[in-house]
Amino acid sequence: MLSAVHEGRADTPVRSSEAAGRSVRSPLDRFAAILPPDRILMRPVELAAYESDGLTAFRTRPLAVVVPETADEVIAIVRLCHELKLPFVARGSGTSLSGGSLPIAEGIVIALNRLNRILKLNPQQRIAVVEPGVINTQVTTAAAPFGLHYAPDPSSQSICTIGGNVAFNSGGAHCLKYGMTANHILGIKAVLGTGEVVEWGGGSRERLGPDWCGLFTGNEGLFGIALEITLQLLPKAECFHTVLAGYRTLEQAGDAVSAVIASGLLPGAIEIMDALALEAAVAAVHAEYPPGCEAVLIVELEGPREVVAIERERLDAILAASAPVEMRPARDAEERFAIWKGRKSAFSAVGRLSPDFIVQDGVVPRRKLGEALRRIAEMARESNIRVANVFHAGDGNLHPLILFDGREEGALHRAESLAGRILKMCVEMGGSITGEHGIGVEKRECLPDMFTADEIDCMQRLRAAFDPLGIANPGKMFPGKEAPALSHVGLHPLEKAGLISRE
Amino acid sequence: MITPSSLPELRDAVLSAPRVIAVGAETKPRLSAVEAVKISTRQLSGITEYEPSEFTFTALAGTPVKNIIAALAEKGQYLPFDPMLVEAGSTLGGVVASGLSGPGRFRYGGVRDFILGVRFVDGMGRLLRLGGKVVKNAAGFDVPKFLVGSLGRFGVIGEVTFKVFPRRESTLTLQMPFEAERMARIANSRFEADALDVLPGGEKMLVRLAGPGKALEVLAKEIGGEIIDNAIWNEIRETRWNFKTDLTPDQITDFKAAHVSCCGNVAFSHTPPTRGMTLRGEFPLWIGGRSRFAIEGAVKQALDPQNRLPTLDD
Ligand SMILES: Cc1cc2nc3c(=O)[nH]c(=O)nc-3n(C[C@H](O)[C@H](O)[C@H](O)COP(=O)(O)OP(=O)(O)OC[C@H]3O[C@@H](n4cnc5c(N)ncnc54)[C@H](O)[C@@H]3O)c2cc1C
Repeated sequence: MLSAVHEGRADTPVRSSEAAGRSVRSPLDRFAAILPPDRILMRPVELAAYESDGLTAFRTRPLAVVVPETADEVIAIVRLCHELKLPFVARGSGTSLSGGSLPIAEGIVIALNRLNRILKLNPQQRIAVVEPGVINTQVTTAAAPFGLHYAPDPSSQSICTIGGNVAFNSGGAHCLKYGMTANHILGIKAVLGTGEVVEWGGGSRERLGPDWCGLFTGNEGLFGIALEITLQLLPKAECFHTVLAGYRTLEQAGDAVSAVIASGLLPGAIEIMDALALEAAVAAVHAEYPPGCEAVLIVELEGPREVVAIERERLDAILAASAPVEMRPARDAEERFAIWKGRKSAFSAVGRLSPDFIVQDGVVPRRKLGEALRRIAEMARESNIRVANVFHAGDGNLHPLILFDGREEGALHRAESLAGRILKMCVEMGGSITGEHGIGVEKRECLPDMFTADEIDCMQRLRAAFDPLGIANPGKMFPGKEAPALSHVGLHPLEKAGLISRE
Repeated sequence: MITPSSLPELRDAVLSAPRVIAVGAETKPRLSAVEAVKISTRQLSGITEYEPSEFTFTALAGTPVKNIIAALAEKGQYLPFDPMLVEAGSTLGGVVASGLSGPGRFRYGGVRDFILGVRFVDGMGRLLRLGGKVVKNAAGFDVPKFLVGSLGRFGVIGEVTFKVFPRRESTLTLQMPFEAERMARIANSRFEADALDVLPGGEKMLVRLAGPGKALEVLAKEIGGEIIDNAIWNEIRETRWNFKTDLTPDQITDFKAAHVSCCGNVAFSHTPPTRGMTLRGEFPLWIGGRSRFAIEGAVKQALDPQNRLPTLDD
């Protein structure tokens, strides 16, 4: 998949912005009319933090990072980029797992973290209007005193931004029942790649005419920059019933999921972790699981207490009949929190088992989960690579974590080729190459596995409508030619740490 | 009128005339009242895939929603956005293109929140599949959502994939005097109401609860009001409203004559509102104007460069 990216690019010199700035008047000087000097970062030490995102195997040093504090500044910056034909990458917290916020060597990064105001919170109407740099959990924290919450809950929710969530249509553990980010966006004000400022939707949950917010959400930063986002808030569920059940085999856990689904219950979340992921969670957050299990299933019901009281009996009966090694219903909020802490820490926890890993994000039809997991295990064995599985079982959304050691010759390539095979399998099974992490840089080459040339052309035409110059996050999502983002692939973190070097 | 009976024929139909518009059962006739050759989806009918265990189905655009509701009910499932004009024969493609959701959109969202994928013909006659067939998918731009409410102006819908939910054991309807405060309180409460509507006249509101019957009885007591027949929701859904307006709950009192659905987020009316969209009758499609951005023209160019389909202003 990414193999082409790594080859022969390693020693492209890092462009020196200082050098460029002295002799000729740098186009970057024009930004001084918009921002004070301390919010235009150009020195290598300042840029270092922005060179990579959650896909850490890739780094690129941008020409500069600009740090606007207001929507008007962002608009002025994008319009200047348009005038200069200068590529830009919007950046929230840089937690993208697909390289979505990877900088472009000949462009700038627009860091949006300081646009972090909650502009309005209207509990009567259950909406919030936020700037893009607001952190996901901050919305729920602000809404909590009114008994409300913001439903989309990516595992990264305590650091990722709403702007990033909008760009990637991010998901979380509660998508089956409540949908993804797009399902909670009521309005968007954005500056497009053309410099046009648009405002779609607003406080109403209904709209007339085409769903522009729907089209914008999930654009991966290729249409423009979201400046103000109106979010729908939901009342907090009164009561939860969270059960953790351990199974001897993954297959049994999968069968339990099918039984829950067939029962007509609609749980808020259905998650599975396999043995390796459990081992990681134990090491990282001292989670404790039933011993001897190849898989742990987490099912959560939520609702008014009278409803949950009835449904929990049904759920407990279904799970009891599914031959678990042990069933552990959370007895209080603390135990529930502990179950979720183990689950949500899984990605970072796996980092303790292996110096490097890539997270995949394929989707398969739910009924094929068992088969998919079996085939992933086979492929992993063949490639002699360890794969931990954490997944949103209710959605058929797999997150295989492919472990490798970047210090080993060719290990990254082997990991990537396994990832590519897994994604191909997902498409063959009628699923998708991404459930929530987006295509980014990472899965560009897989797009044709899912879409025909005409379909990709259609999307490229749309992209060109929003951004005719191709300056908004170029090199992402689409395979092939549009790839300036990768003209320089810099140091691997391990190189930076002095652990490896390539002469 | 052209009546294609397969997706390739639909593609040919789009290319057969300089200006075309797709129609289903024409239950919202104003939306397609334009100068154009009509392409009827009547013969593009049938559920092509239904996997109850996946919570998804795929059906051709001309499939009557009534048939879909029946097929889902057989497996204990339903369309949570509560499609309207079902008895009148509305088709799945029409539901998507009109973007019309019923009272049930309050709890889990509208058409846009349940559409997963679409096969459509663009203005150049290309049959394209965007979105996916699984309940979760983030690959590519979300054109399926964009086509919700697009009124057939950006592409002709041939087949749609939807997410569905398990049907709730029972529903219960409460009627009580309308008070804005009380409505907001119920909407924000632990009750998880399924629908919250205000009847024309602005005096009475309805609360629908859905879930296990025994639990609903207890919740109903706490909420108060009078338990009435659930049949009232059919009446609301099947009424041939002339106009639709999007609004926010603080505007409810401006829409006294209308049926206000989704806790003050949408109004359906027989008499022209100050702003909104005409579904039936001789009024302009858009009443009281609408916002226009240059991007609309650019996206239209991207999907339909020869203006084979009408524009949003036609
Ligand atoms: C440990 C961990 C767990 C994760 N768990 C999940 C999970 O459960 N579910 C899930 O979906 N994702 C998950 N992610 C992925 C990631 O957190 C999400 O994609 C998140 O939405 C990215 O937000 P961010 O603020 O970090 O955006 P960034 O990484 O900074 O940017 C992401 C993309 O958004 C664009 N962008 C940013 N702001 C804007 C804006 N205002 N307007 C337009 N484009 C913009 C960028 O250009 C880039 O393409 C996880 C990541 C990590 C590291």
